[in-house]
Amino acid sequence: MDYFVELFFSGLTRGSIYALIALGYTMVYGIIGLINFAHGEIYMIGAFTALITSTVLSIFGFPLPAIVILTLLASAIWASAYGFTVEKLAYQPLRNAPRLSPLISAIGMSMFLQNYVLLAQTSDFLPFPALIPDFDFMEPYAGFIGSSDMVILVTTTVVMLLLTWLIKFTRTGKAMRATAQDRKMAMLVGINVDNIISITFVIGSALAAIGGLLIASHIGQINFYIGFIAGIKAFTAAVLGGIGSIPGAVLGSFILGLTESFATGYVSSDYEDVFAFSLLVLILIFRPAGILGKASIEKV
Amino acid sequence: MKMHHKLLTMITAAALTAGVASGAMAADPIKIGVAGAHSGDLASYGLPTVKAAELVIKDINAKGGINGAKVELLVEDDVCKPEVATNTATKLVSQKVNVVIGHICSGATKAALPIYRDAGVIVMSPSATNPDLTQSGDYPNFYRTIASDDAQARTEVDFAINNLKVKKIAVIHDKGDYGKGLAEFAKKFIEQSGGKAEVVLFEGVTPGAVDYSAVVQKIKRSGAEAVIFGGYHPEASKIVTQIRKKRMKTTFISDDGVKDDTFIKVAGKNAEGVYATGPADVSSNPLTKKYRDKHQKAYKAEPGAFFDNAVAATLALTNALAKAGSTDSAAIAKVLHTQDVATPFGDIRFDKKGDAIGVGFSMYQVKDGKYVQVQ
Repeated sequence: MDYFVELFFSGLTRGSIYALIALGYTMVYGIIGLINFAHGEIYMIGAFTALITSTVLSIFGFPLPAIVILTLLASAIWASAYGFTVEKLAYQPLRNAPRLSPLISAIGMSMFLQNYVLLAQTSDFLPFPALIPDFDFMEPYAGFIGSSDMVILVTTTVVMLLLTWLIKFTRTGKAMRATAQDRKMAMLVGINVDNIISITFVIGSALAAIGGLLIASHIGQINFYIGFIAGIKAFTAAVLGGIGSIPGAVLGSFILGLTESFATGYVSSDYEDVFAFSLLVLILIFRPAGILGKASIEKV
Repeated sequence: MKMHHKLLTMITAAALTAGVASGAMAADPIKIGVAGAHSGDLASYGLPTVKAAELVIKDINAKGGINGAKVELLVEDDVCKPEVATNTATKLVSQKVNVVIGHICSGATKAALPIYRDAGVIVMSPSATNPDLTQSGDYPNFYRTIASDDAQARTEVDFAINNLKVKKIAVIHDKGDYGKGLAEFAKKFIEQSGGKAEVVLFEGVTPGAVDYSAVVQKIKRSGAEAVIFGGYHPEASKIVTQIRKKRMKTTFISDDGVKDDTFIKVAGKNAEGVYATGPADVSSNPLTKKYRDKHQKAYKAEPGAFFDNAVAATLALTNALAKAGSTDSAAIAKVLHTQDVATPFGDIRFDKKGDAIGVGFSMYQVKDGKYVQVQ
């Protein structure tokens, strides 16, 4: 039983890591129907910004809580700026192009950002400081769940609730939903669609940066390539849960994380990806739009 | 004064004649074949061996050769291809070489060895690492001055069983050629230990995954006292960090993919106490220095791959030829097995299978943020 609980918690940790990134994918898809392949790279840039900021701040001798808060702000703002720019440069000019064009543009952006960081920073792995300390009150449970796992889990839940609130109950959220439903109609009723899309990218990128900081601090190392692998898994999770749906992304991430964890624990970690992707195939056969996704009817 | 001059001339003339005479009286030159890739893609693996052999033989000839016989090098190219290597070997055998340094690549070496064996020629490779070459017992004429591919796994397992006295070992790898190959050897050696230790877990992890806590839980449940990890430092540091985060005391043993300063930098305090194998550091050995300097002087470049190994092979073979006092293969083999020879790797001799004893991997441990040799 202990073993089951341990595996369950390690699955939850994995799931919440995926969820922090998957939320950004699903938001952008929900609004403009674009799979933003550069999202994983924004996450990576967030992690790099966090590394640089926290290193500089710790040289100046700031206390740890101040470092964490300032680093979080800095990387969220910086990554948002990247997200905003990427959208303006690579996606906005293609707003009315065929659907494949922005997709290709997104893949290009992803490669560009990866190689840009590779050249501007380094190809080596860099150590990432443990910004989340080991809390004393967590010590008795360290065998089950670590402090950073706990923080990631809580953050993911809070972020998901905040996002749901934002979209359901605010004016911006209403405008987002309107844009998602029918962009032309939203424009006609006076919604600045370009602004709404920019806001979506900014929020998604800020979330990715928070994810970058938490995850890098959890695993203790980063390099220019982390965004790609994490991005692919998070994207899978978003599709599993129903891309475009915010609770769906979180649900999909947890299901993916738990599947991988139990597959490792009870079968073999050699097969964790086999189980994860078999599950994806199965779900897509029976629910093509994902678990919580809405089947969309093509307008002719 | 005049007399003196004449005397001097006469003495010189006599000396010269004597010199010529003794040269003429000396035995036939000793022929050493040097076979390997000297052109093509893999030339950079083979050429340093030629240069090493030339530098060593030049020294020996300058001192009068081996037991009065000059040494002659016959250099033949096999481009690292098995089908060419058989021709190379046949040609060297027909030229009546006494011993051969080479070949360079394991595949080419394997193809050439039967030809040398049938001709009774001793072969010593500076670089062929395939374990079977010595361990199969098919090639009693084969020796090498490099550790075989499984030597790291052997070092890891021996250290775990004999020095750390662990009974339960988890073997983890990264599914790559290098890591998985090592892990499979480690598993085999543990199973062959005759019950001194057992493999309680054998698993591959996915490189680049965001979290390894599930596999770490599995290690915990298996009750392993030590983990032998085959792979590179990014995964090693993630796994070792998560082991420590779960407050487990499991010993972590890994390979030269982890014996890298980046590992210590990235894993930080969690790297403390981690064991990793790595090639023994030979740069302070006087013979290493001597021949590296000679190479630097002669070619104005750093020596390339397997240079030290090739120097060791040439020294071992020429020493054996000198001590044996003949070019008879059985006599040479006896010296190789029984007498130490000074090489860049220290004093070495060869075991029954033909592997050099003393050339190989050492165990290092992270202590205060540095790898320190412990064995």
